[in-house]
Amino acid sequence: MTLDELQEIAESEREAQKKITHRINVSVAAGCLSLHSDVVFNILHEEVKKRGMEESCKVKAVGCMGLCAAGPLVRSEPQHTYYRGLPPDSPEVLSAIVDSINGRPVPEFALSPEIPFFAAQKRIVLENCGEIDPERIEDYIGVGGYQSLLTCIAKRSREDVVQEIIKSGLRGRGGGGYPTGLKWSMVAKAAGEQKYVICNADEGDPGAFMDRSVLESDPHRVLEGMAIAAYAVAATKGYIYCRAEYPLAVKRLKVAIRQAEKLGLLGKRIGESDFSFEVEVRIGAGAFVCGEETALIASVEGERGVPRPRPPFPAYSGLNHCPTLLNNVETFANIVPIVRNGAEWFASIGTDKSKGTKVFALVGDVVNTGLIEVPMGMKLRDLVYSLGGGIPDNKKFKAVQTGGPSGGCIPEQFLDMGVDYESLMSAGSIMGSGGMIVMDETACMVDVAKFFMDFTRDESCGKCIPCRVGTTQLHGMLERISEGKGRMEDLDTLERLGNMVKRTALCGLGQTAPNPVSSTVRYFRDEYVQHITNKTCAQGKCPCSKAPSTAAGK
Amino acid sequence: MQPYPESVPLPSADKRWKLVEATMRRHGYKASALIEVLHTVQESFGYLDDTSLRFVASSLRIPISKVFGVATYYHFFSMKPPGEHTCVVCLGTGCYVKGSGELMKMIEREAHICAGETTPDGKLSLVAARCIGSCSLAPAVVIDGEVIPRAQANAVQEQLRRWIGHDSR
Amino acid sequence: MPEISHYQVKTLTIDGKEVCASEHQTILEVARENNIDIPTLCYFNGLNGVGACRLCLVEVKGNNKLLPACVTQAQEGMEVTAHSPQLHEYRKLIIELLLTERSHVCAVCVSSGHCELQSLAQKLGVNHVTLPYLHEQCKADGSHRHFVADHNRCVLCTRCMRVCDEIEGAHTWDITGRGIRSRMITDMGEPWGDSETCTNCGKCVSVCPVGALVEKGKAVAEMTKPNFLPYLIQMRGKGQ
Ligand SMILES: Cc1cc2nc3c(=O)[nH]c(=O)nc-3n(C[C@H](O)[C@H](O)[C@H](O)COP(=O)(O)O)c2cc1C
Ligand code: SF4
Ligand code: SF4
Ligand code: FES
Ligand code: FES
Repeated sequence: MTLDELQEIAESEREAQKKITHRINVSVAAGCLSLHSDVVFNILHEEVKKRGMEESCKVKAVGCMGLCAAGPLVRSEPQHTYYRGLPPDSPEVLSAIVDSINGRPVPEFALSPEIPFFAAQKRIVLENCGEIDPERIEDYIGVGGYQSLLTCIAKRSREDVVQEIIKSGLRGRGGGGYPTGLKWSMVAKAAGEQKYVICNADEGDPGAFMDRSVLESDPHRVLEGMAIAAYAVAATKGYIYCRAEYPLAVKRLKVAIRQAEKLGLLGKRIGESDFSFEVEVRIGAGAFVCGEETALIASVEGERGVPRPRPPFPAYSGLNHCPTLLNNVETFANIVPIVRNGAEWFASIGTDKSKGTKVFALVGDVVNTGLIEVPMGMKLRDLVYSLGGGIPDNKKFKAVQTGGPSGGCIPEQFLDMGVDYESLMSAGSIMGSGGMIVMDETACMVDVAKFFMDFTRDESCGKCIPCRVGTTQLHGMLERISEGKGRMEDLDTLERLGNMVKRTALCGLGQTAPNPVSSTVRYFRDEYVQHITNKTCAQGKCPCSKAPSTAAGK
Repeated sequence: MQPYPESVPLPSADKRWKLVEATMRRHGYKASALIEVLHTVQESFGYLDDTSLRFVASSLRIPISKVFGVATYYHFFSMKPPGEHTCVVCLGTGCYVKGSGELMKMIEREAHICAGETTPDGKLSLVAARCIGSCSLAPAVVIDGEVIPRAQANAVQEQLRRWIGHDSR
Repeated sequence: MPEISHYQVKTLTIDGKEVCASEHQTILEVARENNIDIPTLCYFNGLNGVGACRLCLVEVKGNNKLLPACVTQAQEGMEVTAHSPQLHEYRKLIIELLLTERSHVCAVCVSSGHCELQSLAQKLGVNHVTLPYLHEQCKADGSHRHFVADHNRCVLCTRCMRVCDEIEGAHTWDITGRGIRSRMITDMGEPWGDSETCTNCGKCVSVCPVGALVEKGKAVAEMTKPNFLPYLIQMRGKGQ
């Protein structure tokens, strides 16, 4: 397919859409599906059919709208209204919604798009999520999909595309924040006949589901980003490494790849040029460390997903010892808008060193749990209180955990900090992939630290001694403290051993594993001391609070 | 040189072996397909056993110790047959702060098994997960493949009792 | 600088001493050539490096990460610090961690006196263990005709696995599980004596740094490991 032919499809798709005057979008991403949005979809569809309005009113299955806490979510246009928490077992309510499409929205379930949760977002990565049907490539083409790819192939040099990404200032969204353009240019310059592009969709951070939503809601966007990358670095083969816990994402990716291949937008001779790029999905098998790039590559090669020392970096010697470009899902999803709107546009969003937007998963003790995309640099307070709607049940904020098992807990005094790579680092945490777990006053920080050490101990591959034995020792120490058997010296040992593990472990897992411990010791030392000296857990979360206390505490 | 190894005879007449063979063929019997093939075996048979691991090893010409090493490295692969019903409790951070740890303990007490085990009567397997991506509807429990959002202890308990209640004496 | 044939010779410093390295030499190789001792455990001359034990970590000026000397290539102008109080502290802690992991009771071990873990501990001055013992429970496997595998003494250096795969070509050994539950296995984890792939060559026993793999029937004093090095290097030369 040539660029002109693609534009024709887009045009006819838009023509067809114009005929539809009313639209009822139903989220069929995993969150809403688990609340039976498929049933809601079917009933709404039936109701529209009963009224003989299929021509003008379309009930459409779309991806994630973000406010997962209020699912199943539906949006009705041109009414410009969201509906929240629709009961799948109440055809009356759903029927009323269809009846109201020309009038006032059904008030009990209506939700204004003007609330901060929606209004304060800036959706670039998620622009199509909740708008298009993820299983129809025509929908994606209708909103301009694959035009950036074909334009690059037809009109721009490889070098030019790399330069565009460099200028945009885009940094990797997988956790490290490495400049994406720099990585591309390394792979582009690396010598090698065969090169690979790999998309990291392992999303192992517990409490994070940004990549999942993007893959389920707009898979073509990621594929197009990968194909542009492949063109820029001259790769011909790509893999998407998706975790096994995301069956729906895997299914939609496979559907999307088949559709794109059929139209000649992936596979051999894309856009009738000499450029070929084939993509395969590889499914993970439950190992967090496989998100680390060298471990991921080992896993794609069919081996135990164990990291190896870098250098050599994958950009020079990765999959099958060939130059390999590895980026995160969200990183790839940023490529199309950058190519389409230009580097300057992208660089004008965000902060000085962190450009663009970031998608966050707001979870835990916050009212509006779900997915949000905001410009880099937004204040933590706004994220939690304005978009997030605050802490439920009038409880007090205690901390927000970012960066998953590699990150830390950020206490209240940082609430007015703008969120970007550098500021989070200076607060003792990291950006990570974008999981934000809000914790209220009932959380026990010793318990949280123990939880993360249990996680990393369990997920350590066992290759290097500091991580394999060190995380086990750290966990043991926290366990003793939580049982009221800790000693004050343990706090020093936690720090000494933690520092050693950070400095000596082989891969990022071990090098960051002690972070949740060090950040909680730093900001919530008194809680540790309380467990040690009073042998009680004020929050009642730890075993010591349940056993009869031996101390004379009051 | 022959493109494919001499085909290894299927372990039995069971039709599911054909599925496994098809996956291997699709990947050209390359050693790098090992994990994909193990996925197919587990999907078809529910778990991995000696017979299947040996069959895959010889078909893909991978040392048997390596196949075993890979199969036991990844927590998604199970070396034991699953119970009639499966209950997965998410112990990811989002769910943990919403009390999934307590939920897990309750289920363990109820079923008299620990996470990762199956009841002696083969009725129920209890599995711990590390985030299934439903964090916004925490705590998440998956019962027989269906995600239960905002799982309530008593509702889960009731469901489990229906399966294991009568003969837990 | 004098020109030496067509080799690309690099100059660098290790602990302040100026040294030369040829193409593809690692920091460790250069250090050893110059009698600079860097402790190692997973490294075995002639086998592929894995950088797993982290004992050989060194500081390189301008790099804020510590680098494993055994797999890091020497480069022109590098300023390497192989010995510093900080590195010494880390190395001691690594040994201490290993000593707590399983059961390393030298008094009853046939390898006592020929054990690399023991001599590393002595050399680094690890004279007491402050961390609690984990005592991971492991099997001892006496099923093989000639050898014994006592996993309670294994440090998971994977030398046995590498020699068996890279040199003997049998790949009898591999690792099962992960993290603290990692265990070396023969074939599918069955007794070593039942292994279909083991050729009884004994290479794994020769390279094992500790008393995990030993010959049968040797009394404590007799158990010296045959010097295997020259043979290995020769074999590799042929293979390449
Ligand atoms: C233990 C560990 C787990 C990781 N998990 C992920 C992950 O799940 N997804 C991801 O994109 N990156 C993950 N990373 C980061 C990757 O190694 C890599 O830096 C990233 O995928 C590069 O892509 P980017 O430059 O686009 O961010 C992980 C790193 C470590 C050390
Ligand atoms: S740091 Fe941990 S996960 Fe990484 S290589 Fe070492 S043992 Fe494996
Ligand atoms: S058995 Fe010996 S050689 Fe093998 S991993 Fe253990 S300590 Fe190393
Ligand atoms: S933490 Fe449980 S689904 Fe993410
Ligand atoms: S000898 Fe270098 S890491 Fe073990």
